[in-house]
Amino acid sequence: MNATLARESEVAPSPLQKSGAGADKLFQLITAGAAWLVLVLLVGIALSMAWGGRLAFQTFGWHFITGKDWDVGASKFGALVPIYGTLVTSAIALIIAVPVSIGIALFLTDIAPRWSRAPIAIAIELLAAIPSIIYGMWGLFLFAPFMATHIEPWLSEHLGNKPVIGALFSGPPIGIGMLTAGIVLGIMVLPFIASVAREVFNAVPAPLRESAVALGSTRWEVLRNVTLPYTRSAVIGAIFLGLGRALGETMAVTFVLGNAHDLSASLLMPSNSIAAAIANEFTEADTDLYRSSLIALGFLLFVVTFIVLTIAKLMLLRMNRQYGRTS
Amino acid sequence: MNDTAMALRITPAGVSSAPVSTKVAIDIRDLDFYYGKAHALKDVSMAIPAGSVTAIIGPSGCGKSTLLRTINRIFELYPDQYAAGSIAIDGRNVLDRRYPLSELRRRVGMVFQKPTPFPSSIRANVAFALSYYERFSKSELNDRIEDALRQAALWDEVKDKLNQSALSLSGGQQQRLCIARTLAVRPEIILLDEPTSALDPISTAKLEELIHELRERFTIVIVTHNMQQAARVSQRTAFFHLGELVEFGKTSDIFTNPREQRTKDYITGRFG
Amino acid sequence: MAIPIRRRAADITAFAFATAATVFGLVWLFWILWTTLMHGAEALTPTLFKEMTPPPGVSGGGLLNAFYGSAVMILVGLVIGAPLGVAAGTFLAEHGRNTRLASLVSFVNDILLSAPSIIVGLFFYELVVRPMGHFSGFAGALALAMILLPIVVRTTEESLRLIPDTMREAGFALGLPRWRVTRQILYKAGLSAILTGILLGVARIAGETAPLLFTALNNQFWSASLNAPLANVPVVIWQFAMSPYDDWQKLAWAGAFVLTVVVLVLNILVRLLARKGKQR
Repeated sequence: MNATLARESEVAPSPLQKSGAGADKLFQLITAGAAWLVLVLLVGIALSMAWGGRLAFQTFGWHFITGKDWDVGASKFGALVPIYGTLVTSAIALIIAVPVSIGIALFLTDIAPRWSRAPIAIAIELLAAIPSIIYGMWGLFLFAPFMATHIEPWLSEHLGNKPVIGALFSGPPIGIGMLTAGIVLGIMVLPFIASVAREVFNAVPAPLRESAVALGSTRWEVLRNVTLPYTRSAVIGAIFLGLGRALGETMAVTFVLGNAHDLSASLLMPSNSIAAAIANEFTEADTDLYRSSLIALGFLLFVVTFIVLTIAKLMLLRMNRQYGRTS
Repeated sequence: MNDTAMALRITPAGVSSAPVSTKVAIDIRDLDFYYGKAHALKDVSMAIPAGSVTAIIGPSGCGKSTLLRTINRIFELYPDQYAAGSIAIDGRNVLDRRYPLSELRRRVGMVFQKPTPFPSSIRANVAFALSYYERFSKSELNDRIEDALRQAALWDEVKDKLNQSALSLSGGQQQRLCIARTLAVRPEIILLDEPTSALDPISTAKLEELIHELRERFTIVIVTHNMQQAARVSQRTAFFHLGELVEFGKTSDIFTNPREQRTKDYITGRFG
Repeated sequence: MAIPIRRRAADITAFAFATAATVFGLVWLFWILWTTLMHGAEALTPTLFKEMTPPPGVSGGGLLNAFYGSAVMILVGLVIGAPLGVAAGTFLAEHGRNTRLASLVSFVNDILLSAPSIIVGLFFYELVVRPMGHFSGFAGALALAMILLPIVVRTTEESLRLIPDTMREAGFALGLPRWRVTRQILYKAGLSAILTGILLGVARIAGETAPLLFTALNNQFWSASLNAPLANVPVVIWQFAMSPYDDWQKLAWAGAFVLTVVVLVLNILVRLLARKGKQR
């Protein structure tokens, strides 16, 4: 069956070629090593946060998460306020960012004249490029005063005394607070959702959209009945991506949230977020427990963002798999 | 000349009645090929003669490109592709793991359907593999480059712009550049995978002329979906269908007097 | 057949909303940029680039130590993070293509890409600052490298994947070993895309504050050593902006202005490069 294998020595590789094989192995090792490094880093972060926070977890146990007090003097630390602040500001951010992003995506894929699409898209993406500390400064020096002078008085006057939602809008309009922070976060996060949504809206196959239009659908109906269902997984993924970013955002929030350790129902009041607490207090943490509590906060943030970003990625991948698109 | 040939307006050219060398360049025995579970080549055996042009024809998906890609083991880039059997060049089975790949690919060159010039200058493209195999002085290198470009009938068109980007050439020129690049390492066998299907008719004609010129010094195996092209350039033709070698013989015989019914059907355009 | 009023109304509402949403987004962009421009331009003087950060309450001074420190840390971060990123991206696109390891690494990489940067700062605090016993520019550079890394990995992987397989096959068919095909053909073909990715990453780390807060900290004085706290633009902006001193706040705006200009210029450069790459 086989041809006879003769004269093995006749086809020995030249020395140049031999070193090629060695270099190949080295190259493979380097690239594989770099790839493993990515995994090692993730695990490293998780472990180091857990390790650094162990003192706090050991000392407070589950009460760490439910504890309302953040008393430096008494060395009593509870994460409830930062957690609450993080969640509320992120929720406000999403409430603003999601509809706006989808609106922008619709505008850029269907409504805007063709020549304007690229420049406007770039402008929206520049929103994402602006460093968060710039957002913070603008927020502190311009937006918070604006909120304090124009928006918040109106809100507390007209909504502050209503049943149920009144509690959300009561209190002095100082500008610094969860509402302002939430809005700034929303602006920061909307370009991320908008760019994924736009990419994904554009990926809806033209025949699909065209057949809907041919049946007499309006633009809105095409969006609602064709585009959104088709891109549903990816849009949800994009929203989770935005949420992940909002949860971890530090500098912008630090400037305008107020670093207050009180739990309050009103959005107009200052609060704290996990990232802001760490940023504001870490360099001043003088006891091991204090430091450990802050790192424990970091661990919580890491776990939550990890989960949220994993869900985001899974949703985005699902759309790839369903429709064979590259994201 | 019978009705079949007349119907296709194929005139067995003077080329195809030239004597075919009896030395075997590539001896394929019992070759099987799998794409994952799909059995793409079934028990193929053929002896490709040296110093001539062998055409491989057949309908889409018949395995002709697969055969070519088995000869230089380019399929090994893809983990789920697998070949069994033997392909002997100079008495050695090149499918054997122990046969060094770089040696194989120095002796067997391949030109692809779409011209693939590398993103460098024309000179760099031609010399690309040279320094990998041997050490050359600058003048030796330039000689080899000129030699390869002359053999590929491209020298006159590019001799004044060797340092320009290869991407500035036209499609036909790029393809001849790819041939020059392959010729530079002085292979014995050249595999051409539908080399003209992305080119315009004039470039196609130029390339076929080139194949004529190269014929005697190299063993050329050309896959083509264009039967007239096969008849024009080759001395021997192999007809594949659904992974099987149906018929293999002198080009003039295949096109004027095929033995197998399937061959006859394909030639006369009944399918494919 | 006219479309019934209700459907038309819905469509017009959607149209109006989408347009409003876009205007909404753009308004913020211009407001923020305009603010930074106005306040920063006020404080923009040549001394900005010639003098160090002044002590509180003293007028004048500049941000020279901060600019220098930032530049050094970005450069070191780039030198560490970019090659690692290209290597890992090469693994994902070439050697490890279709392997489970590559899928896992790609997944994890995308998570690291969006992970809170303050966590990266904490990580390097534990890893480098604690053992060393002091803050350092080196720790800051490492933190920046780690933020750069996933960006470069992703863009390298994407750029390499864009190159058609026939180019690889043509290289291999000539008998070249894998590393040569990658280095001499693929990297060359994907060069502008890979560079774009690196530039985008640099734009991102230039503006990062949180990871530097507990690694490089800040330094009031001139310091060129990576082995000690190193002045840097974002942290200086933060400290000065949050302070009650007018002069410090003015410097903060100046710093914000320069930072924004640098980041925007880099971003626009990236798009121009990307456009040029596509025209090839």
